[in-house]
Parts: sequence; structure tokens; C-alpha cells
Amino acid sequence: MDLSFLAIQALNGLASASSLFITACGLTLVFGVTRIVNFAHGSLYMIGAYTAATLVPWLLELSFGPVTFWAGILVSALVVGLIGVLIEVLLLRRIYGAPELFQLLATFGVVLVVQDLVVQVFGPQDILGPRAPGLRQPVEILGRRFPSYELVLIAAGPVVLGLVWLLLRKTRFGVLVRAATQDREMVASLGVNQALLFTGTLFLGAFLAGLGGALQIPRVAANTGMDLSIIAESFVVTVVGGMGSVPGAFLAALIIGQLQAFGILIFPKGTLVVVFLLMAVVLAVRPFGLFGRPEVIGGTHAVGIASRKPQRNGMIWGIGIVALLACLPLVADQYLLKVATEILIFGLFAFSLQILIGVGGLVSFGHAAFFGLGAYGAALGVKWLGAPMEAALPLGLVLAGAGAALIGAFVVRLSGIYLAMMTLAAAQILYAVAFQWVDVTGGDNGIVGVWPSAWASGQSAYYLLTLTLVAATVFLLKRLIDAPFGYALRAARDSESRAEAIGLKVRRHRWLAFVVSGAAAGMAGGIYAFSRGSVDPSLLGIPTSVDALTMLLLGGIQTVTGPLVGAGVLHALRDQIMPLTSLWRLLLGLSIIAMVLIFPRGLVGTIRHWREERA
Amino acid sequence: MTLLAVQNLGKSFGGVVAARDVAFTLERGEMLALIGPNGAGKSTVFNMIGGQLRPDHGAILLDGQAITAASPQARFRKGVGRTFQVAQTFLSMTVVENVQMALVSCHREAQGLWKPTREHYRGQALELLALMGMADAADRSCSALAYGDVKRVELAIALAGGPKLLLMDEPTAGMAPRERAALMDLTSSIAASRQIGVLFTEHDMDVVFGHAARVLVLLRGEIIAAGSPDEIRQNPRVRQAYLGDEHALHAPALERPA
Amino acid sequence: MRQSALHPPKSFMEGNEMAKVSMIRWLALGMALALGAPASAQQAPIKIGELNSYARWAAFTVPYRNGWQLALDEINAKGGVLGRKIEIISREDGATTGDATRVADELVTREGVSLLFGSFLSNVGVAMADYANQKKIVYVAAEPLTDAITMAQGNRYTFRVRPSNYMQVGMLVEQAKASGAKRWAIVAPNYEYGQSAAQVFKRLIQERVPGAEIVAEQYPALGKIEAGATVSALEQAKPDGIFNVLFGPDLTQFVREGNTRGLFEDKSILSLLTGEPEWLLPLKDEVPEGWTVTGYPWDEITEPKHKAFVDAYRAKFNETPRLGSLLGYMVVYMIRDTIERSGSAESDALVKAFQDAKFDTVIGPVTMRGIDHQASMGAWVGKLVLKGATGGMTDWKYHDGTSFLPTEAEVKAARKE
Repeated sequence: MDLSFLAIQALNGLASASSLFITACGLTLVFGVTRIVNFAHGSLYMIGAYTAATLVPWLLELSFGPVTFWAGILVSALVVGLIGVLIEVLLLRRIYGAPELFQLLATFGVVLVVQDLVVQVFGPQDILGPRAPGLRQPVEILGRRFPSYELVLIAAGPVVLGLVWLLLRKTRFGVLVRAATQDREMVASLGVNQALLFTGTLFLGAFLAGLGGALQIPRVAANTGMDLSIIAESFVVTVVGGMGSVPGAFLAALIIGQLQAFGILIFPKGTLVVVFLLMAVVLAVRPFGLFGRPEVIGGTHAVGIASRKPQRNGMIWGIGIVALLACLPLVADQYLLKVATEILIFGLFAFSLQILIGVGGLVSFGHAAFFGLGAYGAALGVKWLGAPMEAALPLGLVLAGAGAALIGAFVVRLSGIYLAMMTLAAAQILYAVAFQWVDVTGGDNGIVGVWPSAWASGQSAYYLLTLTLVAATVFLLKRLIDAPFGYALRAARDSESRAEAIGLKVRRHRWLAFVVSGAAAGMAGGIYAFSRGSVDPSLLGIPTSVDALTMLLLGGIQTVTGPLVGAGVLHALRDQIMPLTSLWRLLLGLSIIAMVLIFPRGLVGTIRHWREERA
Repeated sequence: MTLLAVQNLGKSFGGVVAARDVAFTLERGEMLALIGPNGAGKSTVFNMIGGQLRPDHGAILLDGQAITAASPQARFRKGVGRTFQVAQTFLSMTVVENVQMALVSCHREAQGLWKPTREHYRGQALELLALMGMADAADRSCSALAYGDVKRVELAIALAGGPKLLLMDEPTAGMAPRERAALMDLTSSIAASRQIGVLFTEHDMDVVFGHAARVLVLLRGEIIAAGSPDEIRQNPRVRQAYLGDEHALHAPALERPA
Repeated sequence: MRQSALHPPKSFMEGNEMAKVSMIRWLALGMALALGAPASAQQAPIKIGELNSYARWAAFTVPYRNGWQLALDEINAKGGVLGRKIEIISREDGATTGDATRVADELVTREGVSLLFGSFLSNVGVAMADYANQKKIVYVAAEPLTDAITMAQGNRYTFRVRPSNYMQVGMLVEQAKASGAKRWAIVAPNYEYGQSAAQVFKRLIQERVPGAEIVAEQYPALGKIEAGATVSALEQAKPDGIFNVLFGPDLTQFVREGNTRGLFEDKSILSLLTGEPEWLLPLKDEVPEGWTVTGYPWDEITEPKHKAFVDAYRAKFNETPRLGSLLGYMVVYMIRDTIERSGSAESDALVKAFQDAKFDTVIGPVTMRGIDHQASMGAWVGKLVLKGATGGMTDWKYHDGTSFLPTEAEVKAARKE
């Protein structure tokens, strides 16, 4: 390999790094100040690109020239900044009091809404933006042609870094942003107008997202996949750099840019996984990213399952509900039974996540890893070992449990958002394995022909089998939550230092929680594989993890029944809305947002809260 | 035998020395106060003994056994109990469950998967709460308690492990003056009856001079004086250290227990 | 219970389900009477289920929906088939396998459709094929390209109309042979469609072009290409020819970077699907002229039947047709013909009527091969050229699919039925 090629490749990496940094910088600032993991950041980026791709050509018609072009880019970014303000004022401001995860759910609702709105406003077709006037011609570098616009991009990253740095150092707003990033409670007690600070930060974050998107138009056609393609990488950048650290984000973006530019030379098929591998490695070595600090966690806002008086007839109620559900095949048709089966499965899946989040306070963004491992374990058992369902289901459970043991060993060393991101990385790595190990896993076509044994193959029989397995597992898990094991997890969640001081081995407990939760999720995954007859990598994907999280949060993380109810509601909603209209994402997103606003503790949690208020 | 022996303990953060050659001993049943102005290194010393911080050098012996590098969990097993400056309890649990959890852990049953926690050691936990005067609140949620009560619950949790050594970091911070004396009187009597050595830090000089048998004074990471409360009150170096706050060292004659 | 699941949909609506369905029918009838509609005058329509990714892939699936809608309206205006109208119940498939099979289940068990067609993504198509096999209901894959649907995962109930990856790559390899290029580079999106196209190309080029070698391969993640780095990496391998499978936003980015950096100069470029209007239109005037592509030069096909289709389409939707429009239109007509020939809408009769059936379509005769259920629909191969503000195809020729189908031996080896 000659020097000029290496130099060009490095420049390519720098150009990508700049674009990535500008977007991720907004994300890290917003997180630093508001502690909101803003899923909608990618949507803002996409809106920036669409706005610019529509606005700039129109402006160029009026007056062609570089000034017009760059003015158009800035205006687009400003528009997105204002949309960010809108989101803050209309939505986020109303839920700052809610658990942080709930804010994440709200932003996820925004993602869904924006996906459909963009198609409605800008049309379904990709929009190719204009090239920058004066920068169409390539420049010659070491005998190779290099696009001059990419050089501008390479410069844009450091320029934005510098401007943000000046803003943070030299203005009062910047001082407040930095203070809030370091100690949110302190700023609150200083009597600062927090609402204004948050609105300002959201504006800045959205502006940067919009700028990142708008700067792409000479390279990429604005398209509807942009939001999801940028958001995962932006998360990686912010986490690797250290949440809230702007220089950290810059360095992380540089590393990722180079890794991708040179990585494709060595592993052309590694494009799916390289960034997540990097994140996993960095977090394994530095638990708070490159420049991150340990989070200052007050002991007061532990959110999750709390003790309450044991219900006198709890057991009878439980048995009654299961008995009632067991009667469903008498009245329901085939399709309803199928839907009910899936609701039960996802109920168990969300319930397994409850052990980590509601009981242990360990937020997992990658719970699909265990669901998928369970499904793949069962399917691989059928395909390669010829195992019948009765043997394949336990196989899935064991594979998921083993996977959870391995992943958990890395994860429990971390805390907070870093822990969540490590689970995400693990799930993505597994996703890539399932995707690319075509000979074994069937690639993204997956494995088909995973059907239940004869006795369980009817819709009613399979429903009853599912009900039995789910009810038994939920019962066991409920025992475990009430037993010292669950209490010890809660103890570690409420106060880690107190838990240690009474001799609890916090890490080992959390690791065991991962194994238990992973195995339960694997059980759900295995049942799901047989109910659908096939598995494919999407079971391991981010949307599956988000589903589990959404169900759990909708139902409420403070209650044991929450995840089961949440699964029912989300599934039923999607099932009802999807056939009706192709705008189902819009409706689903709006429903989620509405529920977040109306039921800030989740459905079950809020209803119980109302009841207790009245009592 | 000496319960706790601290030898040449040192710790620095970056270039800043937080503790230098700290050495002292503590006997069973003794109440020892560690005082000093803000930033003197009290918390650093405390956390090294509690196991939250690892010292750079020096040794900590409990009953003659080195626990210098032991984890907080291991120290708990060897008989170290502690309370925190900001009370640390399990806010999602009821008061009695907090104590039950400590008892469960003490009996190494924290991995239990079947029998509900509320059925473990409830009687024993209620006894401890009764000792603290908290029996009435046993089934209330810990998050609904007044701060003074939380501090007492925390003490009950610490005692549940049956400690030989009790570390109390500012046990009365955030409490009303009358509550303070009551809590410390209680602590003294328990320490005496159960032969527990108590090491505590405290800002409130009334509490220090009223309850400590001996006082250590820390300044810029070093022990500058050690002795009985009266000796400490007379010590010129201590007076200088507390310059500008001299009335803090005055003996409030009226409230002093005889 | 197991028995019932194996029968065609209508027969398992026994017992209480039957009662429920008939009650719903009575209600519907009552409603129709109340509204004064002459519902009772006609026989019940034949219900067909359709599902596709209308939200996620709107740019491609909406023209396709227009296509089948046009055909449906034409057919019903002429009285339908077997004296009954056709009713298409269309659903969003959520672009995931899980949602798609569940929606299919709803169409089959609740709506009682006689046949399913649709889907866009390859993996969804494969899952649908397996579902069709399990429930013994005919599924016509409209758009998915992966060979698996008619080869390894093929089954008795699954049919495909569009020329498969294997066939389209085969047509391009013929062009590769003519170009004389020997050093080939491959760039393909990193998922089933891209990987399998690349694999077929590697195999065919080495079989059919003596001395050909693959000098570079790049597999950017779908929708996430690092275009600059990818172009440099390809350039570095100094190929004489490039085989491209990228499409959509990735392709746009690749073309812009490649043009600026001169990657395409003096090279033969083969590109799958790029000549289809779906992918050409977003490129606007930056279409890479001279690329050899498979596509759909709808404006230059002069056969009267096809022209009539284009005119009707433009009149109805005020838009130019895409390849998806043609597919949607053809598929519904082929389904109509099949129902007519089978004389019923029962699955097994439909399968028999489909196998080795000849269809007279707007693009000429098409045969549904019985051994693998792959239609002989071909593709148009030509060169890209700029026509005014957008791209189009020139020097094109329609390659009938018959001569590019995989051999019977290959099919038998892949299908283990």
C-alpha cells in the first residue's frame, strides 16, 4: 500500500469523523445537562437534511452562489433548533419529574412520529441536494483526486468544536451548561432558571443535529433511513468519549472515522460491528468512556419496585387470572389466539427486563440479545441437532443464560448509562454474528421451519403451552423478587455503599440477576421462535430491545404487573393500528407520547398511585 | 487486646495529601471522636477504615488482624459496622425490612430464592428497632421517615451485623439538637453494654465533648492532638486550628452530662 | 386442532368460529341492507390478501400499490373472474418478519383470504414463503429478489414473478464477458440481497469469463456507506470493471464520490437494478452515464399493450410508472388468470393452475416454471444515459428470463422437497 493511498484514506476518515462529531456533540450536550438519552436526536438530524435539501435549491434559484448555499445550511439548522425547542416545551418539560427512562420513551415516541411526518411533508422519495457552489471540483492530493467539499467538512469539525468550546467557556449560558453537566442538583439549588437552561440546551443540541444533517446534503440524498443510521453511531461516539464531554466526543469521532476508513480494507464485511466492538473495548477498559466522570448519583431517586403490603388474596387473584386466560381458546378465534400468544411471550420478555431495571436498577438497552439467543438456541437446535421442541426450548434457555453470564461479567463492572450502552454493544455484536455467520445462522434470511411438536402445533394447544410456561416462569420470578435475592438487588439499587457495608456482594448479585433475567428472556425467545416458525437477526436488533423497554415503561417499572400490562397494551395497539393505516408509526408514536404524559408512572403505577391518593 | 489499631496511614489524591502518618488505637467499649475543620481529612481516614478507600501506605488492624486491603464486605464479616454522613438506607423498603436485610446478609442467606424476605428474622429485627425506639414505625416505608429517624434506622442496620467496631460518620448531622444527645446517649449505652468500640466524626462539639472518651484532632491530614476532651479543649494547637471559631470549643456547662 | 391448522382457511372455521363468522356476516349484511346497497344481488367477492412495507419503503411500494390497484379496477370493471369480483385486502407488513407473518395470519384466519401476495424485503419474503408452506396457502412474492425464495427455501405454495438475483446477475455477466474486463471489483450492501448477488456474480464470472478475477470486495452496511473510504479502497485495487449492487441513498453517495474522484473513468461498470426508475429518479441529473444496468425503460417500450398500460397508469395516478407499478399490475393479472384456469380459489387447485402456466402479459408471454415456481419474466439490460433532467436507458434490450433460469439440476440440488 502506498503512502498517497493511506493519506487519502485517512482524509476520508477525517471527513466522516467531522460529520459524526457535529451531530454527536449536540447529543452529548443535551445528555450532560438534562440527563435525557435523546433517541430523537437522529430524527432531528434527518429533518436537518430534508430541510436543507429542499430549502437550499430553492434559495439557489433566487441567487446562485456560495453565500446562499451556506446561509441555507445555517437556516436549516436554525429551523431544526426551533423544532428542538418545540419538543422541549411541549413534551420534555412536562416530564422532567418522571423517571429518566420515561423521558427516553417519550423521545422514542417522537422518533416514530417524525418518521411518518417526514414522508408526509417531504414525500417518500429520496431528495438529492445540490452540491456546494465553488466546491464541485476535486482537488489533487498526492496525485489523487479528493473532493474539495470533504476538505471543508474536515475543517468544519474543529471549527464547531472551537465554537462550542468558546460558548461553554465565555458565556454565562456556557458556565451554567458546564455546571449542570457536573452537578445538576447544585445548579437547581443555585436558583438558576432551569427551564430556560434546558430549553437553551435543547436548542443548541437540535441546532447541531440539524447542522450535521444539513451539511450532508452535498454527499447524501436526504432519505427516511437517516435517523436510525446516525443515532446508533452518535450514541457510540458520546459513550466512548464520555457522556457530556465535548472533547471526548471529538476524539471518539476521530477514532471511529479512522477505524471505519481503514477497517474496511481488512474486514470488508465488518462494517456492521466495528463501532460497537470499539465501544465494548473502550468500556471494558475505561468504565466511564475516555473523558467521562463517574456519575454523581444521589441516593434519593431510586426508582423501581418498592415494598408494599402483601396483598391478602394475591395468590387467588393470580390463579384466577391464569384460569381466565386458560379459557380464552373457548371464545377466541385463531388469530386472536395468535395475538394472545405473542402478548404472553412479550409479557415474559418485558418481565425478565423488569428484574434488571425495576428490581436491580440496571438499565439494559440490549435485552434483545437474550431474547434472540433463546430464539436462535432453539432454532439452531432444531436445524443442526434435529432436536424436537421439548429439547430445543431448554437449549435456547441455556444458550441465553450462558450468553447473559458472559455479557453480564463485562457489564456489571459499569453503571448507569455506560452499563446500558455496554448491553447495547453486546446485542449489536451478537446481531452481527447472526447476520454474517451465514453458514450456521442463515444470515438475515434466518432459520425457517422451527415449528412446534405435533401435540402443541394447534393454535389453542400452543397458546395453552405458552400460558403455562409464562405463568410458571412469572411465578418463579415473582418469588425470587420477594425473596432475599430480589431484596439484595434492590438494596444495591437503593444504596450501593450501604449494601456493601452490610456485606452484600453487589457485583455478584447483579451478575446473577443478568443470568436469571437472560435465561427468562431466552425462554420467551424460544417460545417466540416456535410460535412464528422462524428466527432471523431482527430478533437481536435494537428495535426488539426498544420494544421490551417500551412495554416495561408503559406498564410501569414500579410494579410487578406493569410489564405484563405494558406488553398487552403495546401489542394490542400496534395490532389494531397497523392494519388500519400506513401512518401507523405516527399513531403509535402519538399514543406513546400521550401515555407518557397521562401516565407518568406507567399504566399500572399511575393507576395505583391514583387509588392510593384517593385512599 | 486492642480492637482497632491504625498505623502510619497515608493517602494522597493527585498531589494533595489527604492523610499523613495517621496512627491511633481504639479499645472495646470505647467512644473515640475524630474531629477537625472542614477538609482536614476526616472522611478520607474514615473511608480507609471502612474499606471505601484503599490507603497508599500504612496498616489497619482489627483484633490484630490486618484488614488494610479488605473490601467493605469482608470488613463487615469481620465485625465492622458503619453509618454514613448522609444516611444510607434502602428507601424502597420498609423500616423493618432494612434491618431484616442486614440480618439476612449477616447469616449469608442473601442468595435465597424462595422464602419471602419479610419472613426472615422479623422478630430479631423488631427487637433492634425497639432498642432504637423505632418499633412503631417498623412497617412504614423508609422513604416516608423524618431524617432523624432514618439515622436511627441506619444505626439499627449497622448493629444488626453484630459489630465489634462501629464507624459513625457524623452520626447527628441534620438532626435537631435534642435528638442528637438522645441518639448519642443511646449509642454510648449500647457500646458499653455490647463492648463495641465506636469511632465517630462530628462537627457538633457538644456531642464530641459530651460523649467521647477520647478525641483525635486532624488537621491537614495529620493528627495534631489526642487525649481526653478536657485536654483537647486546652490544647493551644487545637485552639489555633479552630481559630475564629473558638466558641466551638467552649464547654457548654449547662448541657454537659455530669 | 392440528388437523384444522393444516387445511385451507375456510375449512377450519368450524364450531364456534363458524358461528362467529356467520354472525359477522349477518351483521355486515344487515348493515348493507340498511344502507341500501345492492349487496345481495352479487356473489361474494374472491378475497385476496396483500401485504407490503408501505410505511418503511414508501418510495417503492406505493407505485407498486398503484399498479395492482389499476389492474384490480380494470378486472372488476370487466366483471371480475368466475363471475365474482376480486377484493384485495391490503395490510402494512411492518418491514419485519415477525409483523409480516402475524399480519398474514390475520389475513388468512380472520379475513379468510384465498391467496397472499406482496412483500418487499428479501428476509420478509423468505419468512412469508415458509409461512405459506406451513399454512398451505399460495403466496406470490412480488418484489423480493433473493434466490432462496425459489431455491433453498422454495416450496409448493410459493411463487415468484420478478426475475431473481441469479437471473439478473446472469444477464449482467453476459455483458461483462462482452466488455473484456478481467479484473473485477464488487461493491454490495452488507445484507442478504447484496451478499447473495455478490456471491452469484463471483461464481458466474469465474465460470463464464475465462481469466476473470475478483480484485476487491466492499460490503458497506445498508444505509451507512462510508462512500469516500469505499471509493478509495476500490480505486486502490485498480480494477477494469466494477460490479455494483448498491442502491438508494448508498448509491447516490457512491456515485457522487466516484464521479468526483474519477473512479468510473475507463472502467466497465455493471450495476444491478440501477436502470429502474425507482432508483434512477433520485439521482436526478447525476446519473452515471455509460453504466451497464438492468432496469425498466418504460418510456421507450413501444408494444401497444405496454403503452396502454403506461397511458392508463399515467391517466389514473398522474405519475410515471416505476418497475414496482409494472410488477403490481402483472401480478394481479396473473393471479386472475390462475383463478380463472383453476376454476376455484382453493390452494391446491391454484398451485396446479400456476405450475407451468403461460401468461400473456403486457410485456409479452411469461411462463411460471413448475419445477421452482420462478416466472420467466425477464429484464431490460442497457446503458445509462442522461435525458434532460433525469437519467434513462439507452441501447437496451429485453432479455427474456427463460434462458437465464437456473438449470433444473441446480434447482433439484437446492430444493430438498
